[in-house]
Amino acid sequence: MSMTLPLPHVPPHVEERTNYLNVDYGWKSWLFTTDHKRIALLYLFSITAFFFVGGAFAVGMRINLLRPEGVFQHDTYNKLFTMHGIIMVFFFLVPSIPATLGNFLIPIMIGARDLAFPRINLLSWYIYIAGGIFALTAIVEGGVDTGWTFYAPFSSTYSNTHVILAAIGVFVSGFSSILTGLNFIVTIHKMRAPGMTWGRLPLFVWGHYATSMIQVLGTPVIAITLVLLGLERVLHAGIFDPNLGGDPVLFQHLFWFYSHPAVYIMILPGMAVISEIIACFSRKAIFGYTFVAFSSVAIAVLGFLVWGHHLFVAGQSMYASMVFSFISFLVAVPSAIKVFNWTATMYRGSISFETPMLYAFGFIGLFTIGGLTGLFLATMAIDVHLTDTYFVIAHFHYVMVGGMVMAYLGGVHFWFPKITGRLYPENWARIAAAVVFIGFNLTFFPQFILGYLGMPRRYATYASEFQVLNVMSTMGASILGIGYLLPMIYLAWAWRKGPISPQNPWNAKGLEWEQSPTPPPTLNFVEPPIVTEPPYNYSGEEH
Amino acid sequence: MTHKVVSVKTYALIFAALIALTITTVGVSKLELGEYNFICAMTIAVIKGALVVAFFMDVRRSSSLTKLFVGAGFFWLAILLVFVLSDYLSRGWLPRPGWWS
Amino acid sequence: MDATLPAAPAHSAELKHHFDDAAQQMESSTLGMWVFLLTEIMFFGGMFGGYTVYRNMYPEAFASTSHFMNVTIGAINTGVLICSSFTMVLAVRSAQLGQKKAIIAFLILTLILGCVFLGLKGVEYHEKWVEHHVPGPSFQYEDAQYVHQAQILFFLYFAMTGMHAMHMIVGAGLLTTLIVMAARNRFSAHWYTPVEMIGLYWHFVDIVWIFLFPLLYLIGHTS
Repeated sequence: MSMTLPLPHVPPHVEERTNYLNVDYGWKSWLFTTDHKRIALLYLFSITAFFFVGGAFAVGMRINLLRPEGVFQHDTYNKLFTMHGIIMVFFFLVPSIPATLGNFLIPIMIGARDLAFPRINLLSWYIYIAGGIFALTAIVEGGVDTGWTFYAPFSSTYSNTHVILAAIGVFVSGFSSILTGLNFIVTIHKMRAPGMTWGRLPLFVWGHYATSMIQVLGTPVIAITLVLLGLERVLHAGIFDPNLGGDPVLFQHLFWFYSHPAVYIMILPGMAVISEIIACFSRKAIFGYTFVAFSSVAIAVLGFLVWGHHLFVAGQSMYASMVFSFISFLVAVPSAIKVFNWTATMYRGSISFETPMLYAFGFIGLFTIGGLTGLFLATMAIDVHLTDTYFVIAHFHYVMVGGMVMAYLGGVHFWFPKITGRLYPENWARIAAAVVFIGFNLTFFPQFILGYLGMPRRYATYASEFQVLNVMSTMGASILGIGYLLPMIYLAWAWRKGPISPQNPWNAKGLEWEQSPTPPPTLNFVEPPIVTEPPYNYSGEEH
Repeated sequence: MTHKVVSVKTYALIFAALIALTITTVGVSKLELGEYNFICAMTIAVIKGALVVAFFMDVRRSSSLTKLFVGAGFFWLAILLVFVLSDYLSRGWLPRPGWWS
Repeated sequence: MDATLPAAPAHSAELKHHFDDAAQQMESSTLGMWVFLLTEIMFFGGMFGGYTVYRNMYPEAFASTSHFMNVTIGAINTGVLICSSFTMVLAVRSAQLGQKKAIIAFLILTLILGCVFLGLKGVEYHEKWVEHHVPGPSFQYEDAQYVHQAQILFFLYFAMTGMHAMHMIVGAGLLTTLIVMAARNRFSAHWYTPVEMIGLYWHFVDIVWIFLFPLLYLIGHTS
């Protein structure tokens, strides 16, 4: 994507050049770094750790659900699903792709030497860790049982668990999210290389810009909501307590004003990754680039106007509910536009089946199922029956796990050579992708049926006729767990012992592959890049 | 800054206007205007806020990007307030059918 | 082969290495501060939302609580903050002109005015404490039919003005840092970005008060 020639392939026997990994050693060079690439790795390790913490709670839940009468105490089960939700949403999904792949790649993709505010970037990681410590403390002290949604007045008045500790953890981690979003917005506006116009930005960058909009505008509202919740828990003034004149639905309004757009914080980066992968492994420019770019922004904006669909049965006015339902249908349109454009990209492309592309295929199918089932829930008449059942759980796991986590794994594999300078073992990776896909569907498809049949969510016990499907789901979860452990093993192995990667193993387009060495030096480029080509110029056009 | 420096006189004028508007809003609040008390007070507050944004924060001479961001901030606040209020104000407009119909 | 950048053009001490020139750095700082202020709008916005809902729900209770708001202190404080915005903008202007003594003088004035605001707020809070209007176990209200609603409204009063006061305290700390930096000759007509950025922050905190004052103190007196 530059006037100058792409960097030549590096034969494996050449001594390792100075890059961001070997330029300096020692814990201080990592913990006090301002290099966005090192900060991305700090995030990568912490986020992975939290993923397995959240996963451990899921294991506990699925064990409990093997028997209709449950396995653990009911109060314990309540804590398991609460902590699973809090850790997975706030400490894994929200930061995942932006803080790891976004941090690493955005400056390189736009031709910059770093983000606009490198020290704020490091600060955001420390804030994330601080928030995580509060959350882990809440766990160690006995957990929280309110659900990750912290609904009042249970959370504000009746729960005897460590609500305030958990709320502080979420509050603090929110600032990490805000700072990341702030950094990306300013960077993308102000730090693009000459010739890198908005119309030449990789869709990865567009997706992260839209994500950052949501992070900046939405997160502060959940921050203040948790402050009010904490104050209420201490003072019992009644702001959310109907016994004292308060309205619990107000809590839900304020909570979901952020938490609905939050799900778009979680999925937009995944979609951003998929655009990059599909273009590369179809050897074709993304069909309808402009539509895909603007669809990200449309999702970000519309996503702020739909939160009331979480309040359909809460006592919200019918009139407001209708408006929210209608706009919820609208917000599906830009997502569908992306899916159609990805499909059109693949049509008559030259498709190959490396691991990132396998994850991309999985994403498209599973995200579509998840997204369509969201429309069921947006329909008020159906939602009355399906709300708070396993149908909802299956819906959001299809988009979050079948969608987002698969995109995350696809992205980690795709850019693994760039980040580490090594190649991962392709066959093991493909096997793992297949195991993940099979395990995922076996875990969550039965939950659609369970929800439709009426099994409620957040219950430690269930009617005995649901047992077969629950056992199936737990079996699937075991397989899924193996699927997640495999990359931990072979990626760690490959980082140390894998074959050295050539400059551009995928022959992909993009500044990160063509102009930045693999792995990159601290300031990302050998020469400051100048951009003259359109994005995804796989057909070699000049304009 | 590539802009010319703003004169003290301009700032002093805005300052005087802000003080005058504050006195006005306190004065108006003592009158019995029913619903117009709220409208007057909010209008004056918006004017005061606009003066601070435009002159003290220099947005009137800032780039279009800055103006876009400022507008976006207030627009998003409006989304929160309008949509939340729309629930509370419209409760009871459309009666839910009773279980017997 | 060593991957190093060609020798960069001579940078002023304040130009960070990842920026190409001072203009890019200044624009980035300004945009960054505005994005931060957007987050603050939404942060306070949540409380304004709660306040709007309850005022709409309990108009009579609200009218009754508004009699206990100290309009005199509120009005004086509004004037104090407007003065502090004036001195702040003059401090920024002095920085643009590279007038070190004027920068320090105006910043000190701004800081003093900010402390006056906080002091008066403290007086007001003490008044409320003595009147048993602080939400919590000690809360009592004169009009028995509105005691629950009044407690919610006072809760919002303390939450909103308290959060505002916390932002003022942070602002006071930032001003102190600026004064020290100015005294150490860190600013010149070519580089005074922190003064301008903290000026934006200070004005924003003033704007929040411009809206808090009528909503909490002025409306409902005559209903």
